[in-house]
Amino acid sequence: MSGRRIFARPARYAAIAPYVWMVLFFLVPFGFVLKIGLSQTAIAQPPYLPLFDLTEGWGATKAAFAQLSLDNFRLLLSDNLYITSYLRSLVVAVTSTLILLLIGYPIAYGMARLPRRWQGIAMMLVIVPFWTSFLIRIYAWINILQHDGLLNQILLALHLVSAPVVWLSTDSAMYLGIVYSYLPFMILPLYATLAKLDPALLEAAGDLGASPRAAFWLVTFPLSLPGVGAGVLLCFIPIVGEFVIPDLLAGSGSMMIGQTLWLEFFTNRDWPVASAVAIALLILLVPPLLLYDRLQRRTLEGAG
Amino acid sequence: MARRVNQISRFNVTSLALGLAFLYLPIVILVIYSFNASRLVTVWGGWSLRWYHEFFNDRAMLDAAWMSLRVAAVSATVATLLGTLAAVGLVRGERFGGRALFSSMLYSPLVMPEVISGLSLLLLFVALNAERGFWTVTIAHTTLTMCFVTVVVQSRLASLDRSLEEAAMDLGCAPVQAFLAVTLPLIVPAIAAGWMLAFTLSLDDVVIASFTTGPGSATLPIRIYSEVRLGVKPEINAICTMVIAFIAVVIVMASFASKLSSSQAESAAPL
Repeated sequence: MSGRRIFARPARYAAIAPYVWMVLFFLVPFGFVLKIGLSQTAIAQPPYLPLFDLTEGWGATKAAFAQLSLDNFRLLLSDNLYITSYLRSLVVAVTSTLILLLIGYPIAYGMARLPRRWQGIAMMLVIVPFWTSFLIRIYAWINILQHDGLLNQILLALHLVSAPVVWLSTDSAMYLGIVYSYLPFMILPLYATLAKLDPALLEAAGDLGASPRAAFWLVTFPLSLPGVGAGVLLCFIPIVGEFVIPDLLAGSGSMMIGQTLWLEFFTNRDWPVASAVAIALLILLVPPLLLYDRLQRRTLEGAG
Repeated sequence: MARRVNQISRFNVTSLALGLAFLYLPIVILVIYSFNASRLVTVWGGWSLRWYHEFFNDRAMLDAAWMSLRVAAVSATVATLLGTLAAVGLVRGERFGGRALFSSMLYSPLVMPEVISGLSLLLLFVALNAERGFWTVTIAHTTLTMCFVTVVVQSRLASLDRSLEEAAMDLGCAPVQAFLAVTLPLIVPAIAAGWMLAFTLSLDDVVIASFTTGPGSATLPIRIYSEVRLGVKPEINAICTMVIAFIAVVIVMASFASKLSSSQAESAAPL
């Protein structure tokens, strides 16, 4: 016990450098997003009017604070473009997370049922695509889905369709791309909880007369809920802000909020509005982020 | 009776096989088509290395690839150092001020949309008047990937038996000495796996790099992305295949490292 206490001290110091790094490059930047989100649009380089400058002294800073404007946020609420993309992001994220759960669960379940030495191989096979560039995986789908791509060629050759079907630039293509890219994120936490389940519990359920189906719904599924939670959050949160997949696979119709942010920033060069969009997106994500944070800390630190 | 509940069913095998086919088929098709001689992506014109030649004559693509490799190597190394320290602090540091904030900061980037991290870092760099290019992308990637390293090393460290280190200290080791002599060798494979994960994540990123890079220093994914937006080009198939092959080598090394890790852990700490 005393050994532990002596030990704790240098270990604590180990955290100093990464702590400072994260404050500097993760926390502080949000201050700048907030600051610019509250400033006014201007056509200049950088394209916004800085509202305060700490070097000008306390008086000037105080005067600047009085001027902080919420105009950009009012704009977000008054313009349909932002509200639509906000809602579309939510719809896309909820729908694809549900599809992911429906597809991912049976796969993770199948993995957990394999003999021990096969489980490692199966897990490796699921992780490998996650390590392979996701841009490349999206590009692979463009190859297949395009007008004269493999899918249309096969369908035409089998006489299932008489003319090429438009697959690319549709919502279905976008959902396919999202599900494809995020599948490992859903499978891995599910597998982690399913593999840890004590088989004796199922045997007990069987001995007590439960059919395999009943045993699954009464024992396995409820016990796998922490994994379901982790997988759902791990997919839902980044999908809300997804940019590359809808940009490459979805049509030019309504945009997701990540695309709107990108457009405001890179095309319209309206930094204040882009910052305001980022803040709005962040506010939307705070509850699931907090939830994920709690879940993570419980599982990781619980192990220690 | 009990057997029946626990048995692997045909349903299990089918869903697993379909899932893996779904994950791999597109990649396999891409690799095959990268050897297609025809300019038309859809017409099979026989096997050829034509598009690989094209890549090695494309100055802009080669520069982007070199930039990506440098960014990935430097950011992965710094991220591994910081991420390992963070993991040690979190697992062995007990309580310290701001610990909750610290671990929240480390978990958030794992899931947070990249557009937010990218935008916020860019605004920081603009405010600091930093010239955007190699270093800004490297710092951005370090920030993102050190969180992944932390998680990998942390879970390994948390599963280690702490009494090993306490024994070393009882035998007269100073705490730091005990850590370096006993614990560090046991977590080296996790650290190596963390480095490789950070390396491939950096090699993969489009969004954060787009925000934090300057003119004339595009990374490979940024180049590929702008080409892909303009339509499918067979040269991209070749580049993608090479990236896949490269990452496959890295993965094989990583799996070797983790195998080493588990066998070493078993021999050192029989549970």
